[in-house]
Amino acid sequence: MTSVTQPSRPDRLRRDLQLLSSLIPVGSRVLDLGCGHGSLLRHLQAERGCTIQGVEIDDESVLTAIQRGVPVIELDIDYQLNNFDDRAYDVVVLSRTLQAVRRPKEVLLEMARIAPTIIVSMPNFAYWRNRLGLLSGHAPRSKDLPYAWYDSPNVHFGSLTDLEALFAELGLTVQRCLPLNTAGHRSAFPAAWRNWFAGAALYELTGQRMTAAAD
Amino acid sequence: MPAPVPDPTSVGLVAPQNVRLFTPDHPLTLARGGRLDHVEVVYETYGRLTPEKDNAVFICHALTGDAHAAGFREGSDKPGWWDNLIGPGKPVDTTKFFVICPNLLGGCQGTTGPGSVNPATGAVYGLDFPILDMADFVTVHRALTAHLGIDRLLAVVGGSLGGMQVLEWALRFPADLANAVIVAASSRLTAENIAFSAVAREAIMRDPGFRGGHYAEAGTSPDMGLSIARMMAHITYLSGEALSAKFGREPQFDGLAPGFGVDFAVESYLHHQAEVFLDRFDALSYLYLSRVMDYFDPFARPGATAAIAEVRPNVLACSFTTDWRFDATHSLRLVARLHGAGVPVTYRSIPSSQGHDSFLMPIPRYHDTIRAFLDRGLAVREGERR
Repeated sequence: MTSVTQPSRPDRLRRDLQLLSSLIPVGSRVLDLGCGHGSLLRHLQAERGCTIQGVEIDDESVLTAIQRGVPVIELDIDYQLNNFDDRAYDVVVLSRTLQAVRRPKEVLLEMARIAPTIIVSMPNFAYWRNRLGLLSGHAPRSKDLPYAWYDSPNVHFGSLTDLEALFAELGLTVQRCLPLNTAGHRSAFPAAWRNWFAGAALYELTGQRMTAAAD
Repeated sequence: MPAPVPDPTSVGLVAPQNVRLFTPDHPLTLARGGRLDHVEVVYETYGRLTPEKDNAVFICHALTGDAHAAGFREGSDKPGWWDNLIGPGKPVDTTKFFVICPNLLGGCQGTTGPGSVNPATGAVYGLDFPILDMADFVTVHRALTAHLGIDRLLAVVGGSLGGMQVLEWALRFPADLANAVIVAASSRLTAENIAFSAVAREAIMRDPGFRGGHYAEAGTSPDMGLSIARMMAHITYLSGEALSAKFGREPQFDGLAPGFGVDFAVESYLHHQAEVFLDRFDALSYLYLSRVMDYFDPFARPGATAAIAEVRPNVLACSFTTDWRFDATHSLRLVARLHGAGVPVTYRSIPSSQGHDSFLMPIPRYHDTIRAFLDRGLAVREGERR
């Protein structure tokens, strides 16, 4: 599944992905779920010396990733993550895709099993512009949510507050939260206001459950 | 026979070559014991080897394949078995790659096998031929590669049993290859797979003409057994969907005439497949080669992935949605094992209605994938040269 809120440019790394890559320690083993053309992974390999692996299900994206030398496994994030071993990676990334998977809970738990560190980003459906959109009687559309209601790949409509509640329920600890503005930069507003003023947010999480088991 | 029509995407006229790779001074020691003092290998090549000898792609054929993978042999208008994949402008592009395809050890299309004459006795080996292992195929492939003066292959490519050879090669000698393409293959046959193979072998060995494998001396031939083996196996290479689409319940002749002869079109098709097969395949080779597949279980070896985890060649694995002989779980298993060893793996599940035989079909998504993977390998090699 390609990252479904913003099209990725082939040559320049999207700003939010630049920010995301800065969270990943040099030399990490990284799995990117919904890697698209593999731009983030290529960047991580070239600039941060990471060992990379992508997962993608869109035909054109898979082919592009192969052409660019990104190893990519074509499988369904919702049902086939069991193909990865426990702790096979240092970091597993799910960028702007959680709102489009069918079973977000199961996907997050699988991610926590596969790697000790999870990085998730998701558009915020409670962003103020989206709230205004709803008040004016329309399904929200914005840079982070560019689709018309009838052809959106997004199937879950959550706010950052909702998302954080889900993390807590699943025993995932937020190590870092970077609220983003609609240009993909860090939001200039105080983090506490993120559910109103961030178009999306980037979370670095650790899986409490697995850490406890490892100890 | 008419001359083949000039086709810019065909490698054109090809001729098999022959080389003696093992001799009494330099015998082939087999993985399961025993040795062969004489091994000859028939192979074909297409395209040109670069002066650096770094553009070679090695093709491993499947159970009933041969060295004739592409182009046309003199006097024949039938192209090689993987002609849709190999040729100028095709995914295995012979304007870029030097392609090598040998007949397997144990085969019956020119390379030494159980149907060959044992020079020590002057008689056909028959069941005295040693039991083979996937590792033996790789040993012979490596000897051919060395004979051609190639240190490192740009890629090794194979489907079904061919893909299993690629896997074995990549696991045992990962430094030999930069890229591995494993299509519709398996790292471990299931009980069901072995059961089908077993019935095929039983059909051959219970044929009165088999004569304990000495049918050549006896002047007989287990044609009936080999036919039944082929007909049954052929069903497993297709899909229910493909058979229905091709034949449905159509009668072979004007209308159905209930009885026990060939009446449905699908029956006639199977008979035809068996006929054609008898002309080109040997029962002993069928036994030996199919048995190698049954025993193949490379990840069960201690330290199976130690070597490949060091070298980390790029691996591409593909399965096809309607392949029930080696369905996606087979490919996903080997992908998970390689991936667990830190090998960069690309895996695709290719939608197709044509079952296991899909690997021989020009399916655009499949061919585009192989093309992209090999072209990337070429680009990386060019980067290494600079």
